[in-house]
Amino acid sequence: MSPRSAAAHSEPLRDGAHAGPLVLRALHATWSDPPGWRGSLRAIDHKTIARRFIVATFVFFLLGGLLALAMRLQLARPGLRLVSPELYNQLFTMHGTTMMFLFAVPVMQAVALYLVPLMIGARSVAFPRMNAFAFWVFVMGGAFLYAGFFLGSGPNTGWFSYVPLASSDYAPGKGVDIWAQMITFTELSALLVAIVLITTIFKMRAPGMTLGRMPLFVWATLVTQFMVLFAMPSVMLGSTALILDRLVGTHFYNPARGGDVLLWQHLFWFFGHPEVYLIFIPPLGFISSIISTFARRPVFGYRAMVLALVATAFLAFGLWVHHMFATNLPEVGKAFFTAASLAIAVPSAVQIFCWIATLWNGRVVFRTPLLFVLAFFVILVAGGMTGLMLASVSLDLQVHDTYFVVAHLHYVLLGGAVFPLFGAIYYWFPKFTGRMLGETLGRWHFWLFFVGFNVTFFPMHLLGLHGMPRRVWTYSQGLGWDGMNATATVGAFVIAASVAVFLVNVALSVRGKARATADPWGAGTLEWSTASPPPPYNFDALPVIRGREPLWMPSGRPSHVSGLAADAREVLVTSALEARPESRPLFPKPSLWPLLGALATTVLFIGSVYTPWAVVWGAVPVTVALVGWFWPGRRETEQALALERSP
Amino acid sequence: MTAIGDRGPATTDRPGEPCGPGGPGEPGESGKPGGLDVRHLPSYSFGQGSLMWWSTMGLMLIEGTVFAIGVMMYFYLRGVASVWPIDAVPPALRWGTLNTAVLLLSLWPNQMAKRAADRQDRRCARRWLAVCVAFSLVFLGVRALEFTTLNVSWHANAYGSVVWLLLGLHTTHLVTDTIDTTVLAVLLYKGPFEGKRFVDVSENALYWYFVVGSWLPIYAVIYLAPLG
Repeated sequence: MSPRSAAAHSEPLRDGAHAGPLVLRALHATWSDPPGWRGSLRAIDHKTIARRFIVATFVFFLLGGLLALAMRLQLARPGLRLVSPELYNQLFTMHGTTMMFLFAVPVMQAVALYLVPLMIGARSVAFPRMNAFAFWVFVMGGAFLYAGFFLGSGPNTGWFSYVPLASSDYAPGKGVDIWAQMITFTELSALLVAIVLITTIFKMRAPGMTLGRMPLFVWATLVTQFMVLFAMPSVMLGSTALILDRLVGTHFYNPARGGDVLLWQHLFWFFGHPEVYLIFIPPLGFISSIISTFARRPVFGYRAMVLALVATAFLAFGLWVHHMFATNLPEVGKAFFTAASLAIAVPSAVQIFCWIATLWNGRVVFRTPLLFVLAFFVILVAGGMTGLMLASVSLDLQVHDTYFVVAHLHYVLLGGAVFPLFGAIYYWFPKFTGRMLGETLGRWHFWLFFVGFNVTFFPMHLLGLHGMPRRVWTYSQGLGWDGMNATATVGAFVIAASVAVFLVNVALSVRGKARATADPWGAGTLEWSTASPPPPYNFDALPVIRGREPLWMPSGRPSHVSGLAADAREVLVTSALEARPESRPLFPKPSLWPLLGALATTVLFIGSVYTPWAVVWGAVPVTVALVGWFWPGRRETEQALALERSP
Repeated sequence: MTAIGDRGPATTDRPGEPCGPGGPGEPGESGKPGGLDVRHLPSYSFGQGSLMWWSTMGLMLIEGTVFAIGVMMYFYLRGVASVWPIDAVPPALRWGTLNTAVLLLSLWPNQMAKRAADRQDRRCARRWLAVCVAFSLVFLGVRALEFTTLNVSWHANAYGSVVWLLLGLHTTHLVTDTIDTTVLAVLLYKGPFEGKRFVDVSENALYWYFVVGSWLPIYAVIYLAPLG
């Protein structure tokens, strides 16, 4: 091997601050995904993958919403028989599972996959192929769940699938097995994305972007991905034990043979409570971005905000037992978890006060993204209050498993996640697509959603206090629940209308001609310094960073990085804390292997639902695919050798 | 928009704070105005400098969490049981203990492979990798024997289930690490080869340490905890 001699006779094309069209064309050709539908199966650009990921999660969001409408229709009046009790059980199980596992957690990761490299001044995420693999695995897992549902094998044991109800004695058929393997699919995907994002954030920031200069959204993403690493293994192991109990006769959850049903609840909620924060913390980053831009000033109390994020993440792992107050746990333990549940109000309040201070001192511009954020304050604070109520053991026992809990969790999850998410979509849509969403339709969307949401879920507090249990298929007349249920159903359709307005808005603006500028909101963070939508290579030249809002400050010297290859996928790796340039590795090209690997993995996972031996023979194609993926080609190696410089 | 730029003393730099390599004057700055030239940086680096190091660390965090939760499941089930082990004699120690010794011994070729990789010596690195593969065949064989000395089946009771789960989880790691190491060794012999493969060998060694290191608590749980 003689890398030096190969490099000598053709000096590669290099990028730089004042690169000419030749360099930009080369960058474009180098970083583009391959064309055509076959090429689209090989795509690895983080923006392409993230766009598909966001669209996939929104499709699941719409499906989950349709399931919710079916339930609300069934409950609109007492004694209705629109759906059978069995189908109703499947509806609420599929709704909860879809919204939690196929929408709320992955959509936050998907948005981060799009934005993080742009916010930190990188040309790609780390491990772009693994990222594509994670996307394919996610889509196949979600498709598997829905295929089972449409073919009559829907899970019917609720989104947390408690044993013994979920054991093979009480839930025969394949529904719960499919559910448990869907967990394996989605959590595998989430864990891989977490590694991608953590590595990207620590190692691929533009020079000068120290940890203390990262945008708060990037901080929120970093904190969330660490939570993924610690929370997801619990539910993966728990659901593996469940499927083993069901398929090969182990006894983890079987009390007759020394197992324990509460073990499932511990394993599930050790994941399940942090999961709420996996959904809730990224929106805190959306909110900081949006508030800062529309208040026209940096967020007040940056350090306090970062510390509050980290504190929330730690406390989130000490709360899981508050989902289990109705079990026979020791009272001392319950007191501890009550205290921890109350303590998490402190970092949440710190952030809310910092945002209020930001708005107070800023020059506020009311646009649709900000409206969604302001609604977050109202709804999340209401949901937080009922959360404090539920954290008290005595109150929790009164309203456990009633509609009060349903109201609380929807206030927290929609208020804490979906409202800011819609705000974020309005805010970053010009960056994603190069087009602005309509402001008038945006306001219609917002007000219909806000009103519809409260009309749907506020009465559920009262229904719960009046004793209506959750997950009942129907109820009889004369219990005093009729009016509030009818109201909630009307509200659900108003929400549906608001989502329809949103879809119309998206369709109109994508077909419209009006192009968005690079920075339509006058924001300060890096993603707005490049074109909307960004070119495949993200930045003509990587910026050198001197502050938290680089676009709101005069640029210094050197202003940009130069010298990365333009005709090869060379990226800049910087040090974890100070972001000093360290190396310029070559990234892989688009490839079919991620899709093939995901297909092989899917065969293994689906096969294992039907025979345990699939774990053995299914491992063969997975191994072949992964080795084929890893094995370097001659041409790539030649290119790498030409650019190689050993440390 | 108002003057936003002058708002932010909190966000601007303190003068003199470094902002990347080679702030003005240091090597790395190009002669061109405004450019921070990075063409002289290495194309790969070891340890924390490599992306692979971070992903391996992430993998180890995930799998360490899996093992820790598996161990907690064991003690949870032991906590609710009236006798432990349930209806079984404790596992026989001979194969598990022998395998612990084999795994600990395998740290030596592993460390030698890592050292060879760190000094970028392809011939030595692949030889030591081959020794590692030989070790892995031994410990996989002994592992198969270990399953015969557990003295309980996974479908007998919860004790059997969790013991098989722990040993099965760790065996999966042995298998994947064996495959990884074999593929890497073959690549180092056959090519195509480039310098960053040394980083792969180095990170592979790190993962090997994890697989051996995580075995020690699992060994203690499976073999020693039932005795107490």
